[in-house]
Amino acid sequence: MPNSFQIVVCSSLVPDPLQTLEPVAGPALKNEMMLPAVLDPWAACSLYEAAALAAAHPGSKVYLVAMAPKAKLQQVMMTVAQKVPFELVALDGPLGGFTDAQSTAAALAEAIAAIPALDRSKLLLFGGWESASRGAGVTLQTAGELLGITEQFQGVDQLTVRDDGQLEVLERVEGGRHQVSLCQGAPAVFGWATGNLAEPRNSPQMGMANMRGITPALMKAKPVKLDANGLSYVSAAVPKQTRETRLVRDMPAEEIAREIVAWMAE
Amino acid sequence: MEKIFVLTHVDESGTALAKASLEAVSAAVELAKSFSAELTIGLLGADVAQAAAQLAGAAPKVLAVTGQAFAQPRYATDAAACEALVKAAAPTIVLAPSTARFARVMAGVAHRAGGAIDTHITAVSPSLEATRWFYRQRIEAVVKRERRPWFLLLDAGTHAAYSATGAAPAVEAVAVAAPASRTTVAGTRSPQQGEQTIRPNAKLLFVAGAGWTKKQSDGQVHAADAEKLILGFLHAADASLGSSKSLVDQSGENQATLKFMTHLNQIGQTGATPRHAKGLSTCCHGEEPHVVGWRFVNERRAINLDANCGWARGKADVVYLADAFQVMAKVNELLEK
Ligand SMILES: Cc1cc2nc3c(=O)[nH]c(=O)nc-3n(C[C@H](O)[C@H](O)[C@H](O)COP(=O)(O)OP(=O)(O)OC[C@H]3O[C@@H](n4cnc5c(N)ncnc54)[C@H](O)[C@@H]3O)c2cc1C
Repeated sequence: MPNSFQIVVCSSLVPDPLQTLEPVAGPALKNEMMLPAVLDPWAACSLYEAAALAAAHPGSKVYLVAMAPKAKLQQVMMTVAQKVPFELVALDGPLGGFTDAQSTAAALAEAIAAIPALDRSKLLLFGGWESASRGAGVTLQTAGELLGITEQFQGVDQLTVRDDGQLEVLERVEGGRHQVSLCQGAPAVFGWATGNLAEPRNSPQMGMANMRGITPALMKAKPVKLDANGLSYVSAAVPKQTRETRLVRDMPAEEIAREIVAWMAE
Repeated sequence: MEKIFVLTHVDESGTALAKASLEAVSAAVELAKSFSAELTIGLLGADVAQAAAQLAGAAPKVLAVTGQAFAQPRYATDAAACEALVKAAAPTIVLAPSTARFARVMAGVAHRAGGAIDTHITAVSPSLEATRWFYRQRIEAVVKRERRPWFLLLDAGTHAAYSATGAAPAVEAVAVAAPASRTTVAGTRSPQQGEQTIRPNAKLLFVAGAGWTKKQSDGQVHAADAEKLILGFLHAADASLGSSKSLVDQSGENQATLKFMTHLNQIGQTGATPRHAKGLSTCCHGEEPHVVGWRFVNERRAINLDANCGWARGKADVVYLADAFQVMAKVNELLEK
């Protein structure tokens, strides 16, 4: 197939952003396994972009490589499965931002290399440019290196496949601009920012179809232990962040404006 | 004995160092002093002759990879150049600025050097403990690494920029054959129509929330007025424009929108975390996934109609319970005077 792709999306799970987080010794998050989790938001954007790209290029396929404790993966996949079609590659590993990114990358790269019949010449490695847990921007780059891919892009908001097979890539750079690059096709790594797609609505039919593959993938999930890679923590704490808010009621707009302008000039 | 190396690159002008690079240099100079350690500087760009003058007095040795292949930020060439520089300097600690250019490649370089890497570092102590945030600025941690070389990517705005003293340093060239790359960089593009509203160096961050495009007390939506007021303020105050997620998401949903708003303006959990001395939030509820993006905005004020908004619960210093349309019209009047 001309311009067909094998898109591998890497994602972890993170606590729902509306949850209150509290670090405990380890460090780890208090009640981490009890906190409702979601697919990492930027990686989720990359999954939706992957699905749209695959749909537009017949013969393409989307894999989702996800590492988390199996029970947690099972919960989150119930929702994710209803969004877009994919084949799950599950790794039964630790959750959370305090693990080492390079060790995580090594586990992911090994799992990707082991996907049967993966055509690496068509491989587009997707994921979020930073996770919502560690937020390091290290995992995808390192996984790319381990898989021998040196066409890499981070902070991607748009990927367009031209008729001649070239990939036009928009990456976020300083000052609210995009860097525009042209890459001569796969293999390549794309760490996605928000992209341009809205979250797909839940489709129970899609969920049923996906779950047929997800359940066996979860059963097969390989246990993973991550190396600390020489990393240790001196401290981890939630900063004291509450401010003494002054609530200003019943002040005429003109007076508020004067106060704001004076404050801006301070 | 630690050996410190700081990697820098020229900015888009091709003749000066990116400001974040100069900040990394002062962090490295400080660190080297506290250890009495050897400091070497690495420099990347098509031609570094002019930019190198900005490093005068910082370190006894400056290494550079130059040539047209290294003019533009691109993974394959940047990774090869940085790899060669690190190899030539043989450091134990590598500092580099977290610019888009270096953030794209430094984990790859650390991997090639057999080292470890931590990113978004906001402080490095003399005892080599590095501070960074986890969970999108919710948990602050201090980390250490045994593994060397240890790469530390420093967030911009966390150190003062280095200022040169004395004569320009001699630059030692490090030869690198540009690796084959299937990527060409065509330049940069602004996603916004008209003017640039994101100004990282502005003193004030102005945040607009979804309230600007919601029905107001007269039952009508006033998006055109909102646009005029916001742009008028940005001009008059030279402020940077941020947004809540709800407001930028509307552009995809056929609702009233502000034409100049894009996802790049979004602040928060899945948006940016800019650094500004002051921030003014308007028509934004101040929910936690938004406010985590304000971590590095020191003084915060908000205008909201709702006394129960998030800002009023200890997230802002001052909350004005008022109509932002009315207040901002008056603010603009005053600023134009
Ligand atoms: C995974 C995930 C990630 C997220 N990431 C982000 C993120 O990165 N950034 C982000 O912002 N949000 C994020 N959110 C969403 C966040 O939870 C909120 O839904 C969002 O911030 C709300 O935007 P808002 O305050 O502009 O809108 P609303 O909640 O609709 O608030 C509008 C406000 O405008 C006020 N208002 C209306 N008219 C006026 C007027 N005339 N004068 C003064 N005030 C007025 C109202 O009182 C109200 O407080 C995320 C959510 C999830 C689940």
